[in-house]
Amino acid sequence: MDKALVTQILFYFFAAITVGSAAVVVFSRSLIYSAFALLFTFFGVASLYVFLGADFLAATQLVIYVGGILVLLLFGVMLTHKLYDLNLKTETFQFVPGLLIMLAVFLTLAGVIMNTSWPSRGERPMNPTTAEIGELFMKDYVLPFEIASVFLLIALIGAAMIVRRRDSQ
Amino acid sequence: MIPLTHYLIVSACLFSFGIMAVLTRKNAVNVLMGIELILNSANLNLVAFSKFSSANLNGQIFAVFVIIIAAAEAAVALAIVLSMYRIVKTVNLDQADTLKG
Repeated sequence: MDKALVTQILFYFFAAITVGSAAVVVFSRSLIYSAFALLFTFFGVASLYVFLGADFLAATQLVIYVGGILVLLLFGVMLTHKLYDLNLKTETFQFVPGLLIMLAVFLTLAGVIMNTSWPSRGERPMNPTTAEIGELFMKDYVLPFEIASVFLLIALIGAAMIVRRRDSQ
Repeated sequence: MIPLTHYLIVSACLFSFGIMAVLTRKNAVNVLMGIELILNSANLNLVAFSKFSSANLNGQIFAVFVIIIAAAEAAVALAIVLSMYRIVKTVNLDQADTLKG
């Protein structure tokens, strides 16, 4: 089979997984289903990064989103419900106006995307990017990199301070 | 190969689903999932533009920063949701209306 054809089939397969599981996240009644559909959305976005030649970002996406943020969200789901309460339903409100706004946003974006003539300077070849990203972080982006690391530390300390119980004097 | 617009359409789908989740869900954790969808769609846009319209990797660097912000945001937001559950005994956003006049 043709290599380009296989690439296209795989791309549309992963794009369908991404968009379909994102729809499950939004429209499912059960919180647990939403959380696990979010897992497939993150995997789908990581595979799209692979198609875009961003190998470092695909690995980062898997480690941080799937390993970190999704687990954190599941903790949030479990800790904010009573134990043995298996009825983890979530309700919606303003469903029809939300649906209309969603459709308006999507149609506007799709119209803009389709009607713009994007400048094409050719694709970057599929090379490993990790070494180049590391050099950029240590040379051009060293100040934002350090600020981001301090920011992450502050955010985590702040999160621990917020959830601390204060009643034990 | 796959054109740029297809990536952008996938990203637009993710963005509008995230908007939908933020607008209509009652559960605070589910709203957070919508925000994660929005951040992911922005990241997908950055990486796609980085691939198709520039020779350097600045778009991917920006995507790394977006991931860092998303991790910090998820941690702080979950902490706020947990303390809100402790104080108000609910995570439904329409019932936590103490500040309503």
